[in-house]
Amino acid sequence: MLKHIISGKAFVLGNDIDTDQIIPAAHLVYKLDDPEERKNYGAFALSGVPAAQSGLPVGGIPFIGEGTWQSEYTIVIGGKNFGCGSSREHAPVALNIAGIEAVVAESYARIFYRNSVDGGFVAPFETSEHLYREIRTGDDLTLDTQACTLENTTQRKTYALRPLGDIEAILRAGGVFNYARETGMIETK
Amino acid sequence: MAMTITEKILANHSNKKEAKPGDNLWIDVDVLMTHDVCGPGTFGIFKKEFGPGAKVWDRDKVVIIPDHYIFTSDKHARRNIEILRDFVKEQDLPHYYDVDSPRYKGVCHVALPEEGFTRPGEVLFGTDSHTCTAGAFGEFATGIGNTDAAFVLGTGKLWVKVPATMKFVFEGTLPKYLMAKDLILTAIGAVGVDGATYRTMEFSGSTIDAMSMEDRMTLCNMVIEAGGKNGICVPDATTIDYVRARTQKEFECFYNDDDAQYYSVHRFNVRDIEPTVAKPHSPDNKARVSEVAGTKLDRAYIGSCTGGKISDFVAAAEILRGQHVAIDTFIVPATTDVERAINTITVDGKTIMQVFRDAGCRIGEPSCAACLGGPTDTFGRLNGVEVCISTTNRNFPGRMGSPKSQVYLASPYTVAASAVKGVITNPREFFE
Ligand code: SF4
Repeated sequence: MLKHIISGKAFVLGNDIDTDQIIPAAHLVYKLDDPEERKNYGAFALSGVPAAQSGLPVGGIPFIGEGTWQSEYTIVIGGKNFGCGSSREHAPVALNIAGIEAVVAESYARIFYRNSVDGGFVAPFETSEHLYREIRTGDDLTLDTQACTLENTTQRKTYALRPLGDIEAILRAGGVFNYARETGMIETK
Repeated sequence: MAMTITEKILANHSNKKEAKPGDNLWIDVDVLMTHDVCGPGTFGIFKKEFGPGAKVWDRDKVVIIPDHYIFTSDKHARRNIEILRDFVKEQDLPHYYDVDSPRYKGVCHVALPEEGFTRPGEVLFGTDSHTCTAGAFGEFATGIGNTDAAFVLGTGKLWVKVPATMKFVFEGTLPKYLMAKDLILTAIGAVGVDGATYRTMEFSGSTIDAMSMEDRMTLCNMVIEAGGKNGICVPDATTIDYVRARTQKEFECFYNDDDAQYYSVHRFNVRDIEPTVAKPHSPDNKARVSEVAGTKLDRAYIGSCTGGKISDFVAAAEILRGQHVAIDTFIVPATTDVERAINTITVDGKTIMQVFRDAGCRIGEPSCAACLGGPTDTFGRLNGVEVCISTTNRNFPGRMGSPKSQVYLASPYTVAASAVKGVITNPREFFE
């Protein structure tokens, strides 16, 4: 279910973050329907990002603290082509389990984008600004999903985000299944 | 309104008169394909959302092809095959190609056409990013995630945003030393790994008109490496003959209107194209073979959905006949049909398989094998710091196994020539 306001700390990454960096292939074995096993996806989220690129502009910042599976960050900031590579749905799932509610990037690889929306895992916002050069990992952000603005309260700057368009209804419903039930396409359980 | 092939197929499948780029449409699905890696997750979501006793929307439209992690002792991989079997049995699905059975095929994107499931004018979704391969047949085909696939399983429908079409026109007779792989690496190099994101890459021109279906598949297979949603070729007599030989099902061909609108048009004369590679670690890291010739190699690999088809091995055999490889060379037929063909087709009175054996190659079983690394016991997997030249489609860090390895992507001609010399070699040397 998409919230009106998403607020929390920023975790900043660069261009071409592929799904192997988001969740390396070796970790695709855990069962998602097991409440304990699924925590591993959070524990290893973004573990494939090279250390120097993890948490820009400084780098070397772990996304997940030692021994935990939930991140202290809420919004991921990326550059171009976020989520490229294999079609694994585990990528937006891992970010979701780690506690990420939205990603703001310049563009997405389309399968990652679809998976994020249809599973209702994270809200993928697009922007034409090169945010990863401005926002610093740890900055406090407030994302208004209706006005489509991103406010950096640490740096006192506000950016415009592209409207979600037709996918907004699916995100607000919490994914394609809820959406189809709400609109009468499939029977309610 | 004037439309492209892709726009027409999407309009037709949503009962609309027209479809234009950016429209969101709910479309009817003709075929849903899944495999051993994504099938189990898809079935889990399907049961959770539609109930434990739910039935798939149309038994005849679901195709399940195990191909990724087959010849391995990894226990999670074996567990996945068991889940496929249980689902097929429970749903009584006719189109399943079980491991350890005479029906076993191998790589899904090559098996689908062989079995007649790729037909002009249709909509095909698959839980694999290279599902775009089937666009070669003049249909709309693209990859989706498990949630979307579960939705299709229950409803037979899915929403799609109509993509704008980028046209890639190749003119001229393909010189002897070039293959479809050189053309697609050139196109990806020209637009970059996100140059076609959300869009269609359409291939046309006299070079494409003269191509076999397998070569058109090589082009469409790699549109995802430029971020493309789907690839498409205009259906013609070559398409219709191929499809008619494999299925009785009716289909309808769609064509571009003369005044259809394109996002962009990219023209190439094949005379200007040289044998091409993608250097580590990105498919758009393009170089002419002549620029990297002499680079020392540890391994050559010929296989996968894009480089393990019959024509790929025929090409490799033209170079390897009477030669001996200088480095470890792995041959992996995409499917059991391909394997049978290379045991039958002959050059100089020897089967292609014998040519490979005599040249000192190692032959694997039909499957994805080391194309995506896989469990450590996978045939051909890069387990260390090897430098490999490969006919596959991705060379991201760690794609074929170890993140320390390096992969050059190239055509079967270039890979075979390089295998003989042990260094990256221009195949032109073998034809002049
Ligand atoms: S051969 Fe490689 S690219 Fe093709 S489906 Fe298998 S793993 Fe994917």
